[in-house]
Amino acid sequence: MIDQSSNVILEMRGITKRFPGVVANDNVDLKLHDGEVLALLGENGAGKSTLMNILVGLYRQDEGEIYVRDELVQISSPRDSADLGIGMVHQNFMLVPTMTVAENIILGMVDLPLVPDMRQISEGIRELSQRYQLKVNPDVKIWQLSVGEQQRVEILKLIYRGAEILILDEPTAVLTPQESHELQEVLKIMTKEDKSAIFITHKMEEVMSFSDRVMVLQNGRLTATRKTSETSPNELARLMVGRDVLFRLEKEVVQPGDVVLELKNVNAKDDRGLPALRGVSLKIRCGEILGIAGVAGNGQDQLAEVISGLRNPDSGNVFISGKDVTNNSPLGMIKAGVSHIPADRMGMGTVGNMAVAENLIMKGYRNEPISSGGLIRPKKILDYAKRMIESFKIATPTAKTRVKFLSGGNIQKTILAREIDACDGILVAVYPSRGLDVGATEAVRNMLLEQRSDGRGILLISEDLDELTSIADRIAVLFEGKIMGIINSEDADIEVLGLMMGGARLEELQNESGLKSAQVKD
Amino acid sequence: MIPLLTSIFAITLRAGTSLVYATVGEIYTENSGILNLGVEGMMMMSAVTGFGAAYYSGSVWVGFLVAMLVGGLLGALHAFLSVTMRANQVVSGLSITLFGTGLASFLGQRLGPEANSFNLAGLTGPRLTAQPIAFVINIPVLGALFSQDILTYAAYFVVPLAWYYLYKTRNGLNLRAVGENPITAVAMGINVVKTRYLYTILGGILIGIGGAHLSLSYTPGWTENLTGGRGWIVIALVIFAMWNPARAVLGAILFGGINAIQFRLQAIGTTIPSSFLNMLPYLMTIIVLVVMTWWETLKKRIGAPAALGVPYMREDK
Repeated sequence: MIDQSSNVILEMRGITKRFPGVVANDNVDLKLHDGEVLALLGENGAGKSTLMNILVGLYRQDEGEIYVRDELVQISSPRDSADLGIGMVHQNFMLVPTMTVAENIILGMVDLPLVPDMRQISEGIRELSQRYQLKVNPDVKIWQLSVGEQQRVEILKLIYRGAEILILDEPTAVLTPQESHELQEVLKIMTKEDKSAIFITHKMEEVMSFSDRVMVLQNGRLTATRKTSETSPNELARLMVGRDVLFRLEKEVVQPGDVVLELKNVNAKDDRGLPALRGVSLKIRCGEILGIAGVAGNGQDQLAEVISGLRNPDSGNVFISGKDVTNNSPLGMIKAGVSHIPADRMGMGTVGNMAVAENLIMKGYRNEPISSGGLIRPKKILDYAKRMIESFKIATPTAKTRVKFLSGGNIQKTILAREIDACDGILVAVYPSRGLDVGATEAVRNMLLEQRSDGRGILLISEDLDELTSIADRIAVLFEGKIMGIINSEDADIEVLGLMMGGARLEELQNESGLKSAQVKD
Repeated sequence: MIPLLTSIFAITLRAGTSLVYATVGEIYTENSGILNLGVEGMMMMSAVTGFGAAYYSGSVWVGFLVAMLVGGLLGALHAFLSVTMRANQVVSGLSITLFGTGLASFLGQRLGPEANSFNLAGLTGPRLTAQPIAFVINIPVLGALFSQDILTYAAYFVVPLAWYYLYKTRNGLNLRAVGENPITAVAMGINVVKTRYLYTILGGILIGIGGAHLSLSYTPGWTENLTGGRGWIVIALVIFAMWNPARAVLGAILFGGINAIQFRLQAIGTTIPSSFLNMLPYLMTIIVLVVMTWWETLKKRIGAPAALGVPYMREDK
């Protein structure tokens, strides 16, 4: 714990940063003490990452001053901030996949001989990794590591380069609950050595368990600073969103109908030709949401692609309403009733430079009355688009506005409108609420629940365990392309899900706990 | 038979030298993430200016210096267009090739002495001569390694040096990081703009040596279309080499070797039409390139720098 008298190591005063059309940071003040973990809480787009990017010299502030150990500093490049002992673990890791861990760690360091002694460097990294319990082999290439291991490399890299102030941008987003816990331990070791950390997050629970103090940002402005011990998740949520947050989810009781989608023993490779799905079998009934949990990169994308016809399985079968549709083209899958809400909204989900209306008819353009005789009919398209914009509450100036000018939530609503309207039985939703604000998240989840009530079978891939347990009926956990087990969401325990995400099979866990309870009986 | 092999090997090395320099140069440039399709134009320009400078100064070394300067300047132009102006690198490179070949041909008709109606073509100027090394030259076949000019000898060192620099030094590590992932490189405190300029210019200088080696040693003198598309072969060789200088040698020897053999065949006088023989080195390059790339892809070892050809922008929002 931190006492108020300890030294201020970093201070940002009156930081303002403008991007064309937005004020990302508006007169923000920040103070960080020695040995302190400061949480920076706010929704997506609140300006947390921008503020930190200024601190590490990736952006330059328009106004304001930065003091490190009471000295006014100019940070105009990442090298400047590194020299001041500031380092950041970015959300998208700053690692070169084709290079080794050790090479990545020394990348860009100036005080090295022209021909670095890689053996000695590896040795140094090994020692550090033991001291901070950041287990990683310095001599393997980055692409061979899991996401959790890559994060360890990022942290090691900063420590190796002598960082005293560590900035972590949503570090737990890619971790299992157990890995998050390990990260917390690492932070404890570091703060004991008087290193400090700033921790960006939008999750209240993490603020409570990780930090000493919390700053809340909203729309680029600092709205509150609290000692973690003197606040509560509810207060923080209110400060972050500006209103009470209670997810109003209407989950009706639905009696699941017939099996609408079935995968039997599906194997598939990823783009690099490595196995991504191994013997995946699952069934989804009408009126049911099957959630897929797992750390990103364990086959989720490939699973969605196989079902939507974007990737052919090497073996195994896909059935829709009992009909074998394995190896159907994407159009074949659409005709068989599959709708797909892809993870990559701007890449696969929409064409940014085209109008909302055009994006809305990207599936329906084949049919009357949107088109006839091979020609599209602009009048009908606008009518249709206006109807969709209204019923899905898409906030857009006009139907002809280009999609890329909408907010993330409204882009997602545009995709949902198109996919739900075209949906005929199966909806595949991949990370549908990722990066959305609370209001939009609520809307998206309710739309999925509506589809469930309407009798559609929904495959929901998510990394948010709260989302899965609150709206899915059953949850399957994917690990390295294999299903570790499927549990009913009422019985789902975060701890158990976490262990499965880390590679434990459900049966093993049940056997273990079975043994334990047997022992208790003795 | 042995003397024939020795002489074919000797010609192979001579023909391959300019390719080695230009390919190593292009490998430096492409490892920084800049695709330079201007090689053909740059080789042509340095060939003509190098020969012109050598002709008037009477020194091959002045010729080479001028050629390096011209290559470096054209490299700087490409860096300016693709790094600072963020132009499409393919378009920028192609323009330099079109501009370079056109200007070289023009200069070839204007820079000559009045007595030769201002033509550079048909003149005899200084040339880099072979410096055989005594004793070792008599080793069968391998002796060919030691009957070369100074630049070929230097090439024996340029290649391992480039390999060592790229894969063993701190600078090489930083250079490859810039080509693989410029955003990471910036976050690690590496100056991406400076790095890309530096290695595009260095690449240009080496390409300049390659171009001048043609007009001052391999086929001394200036003729229209002197490079005969070697600039394009260089770009193919870089892919064949998987951006690794060590493998570039193999490619250069292959191209040079087929060239040497087809010269021999033409000299002996076969019934095969000479235009077909002239075509052979290019045809083989394409075939080998396709097969090797296919093979490497099978082995999942595609080696292109991940950010090759992608302009880098800071403060994107």
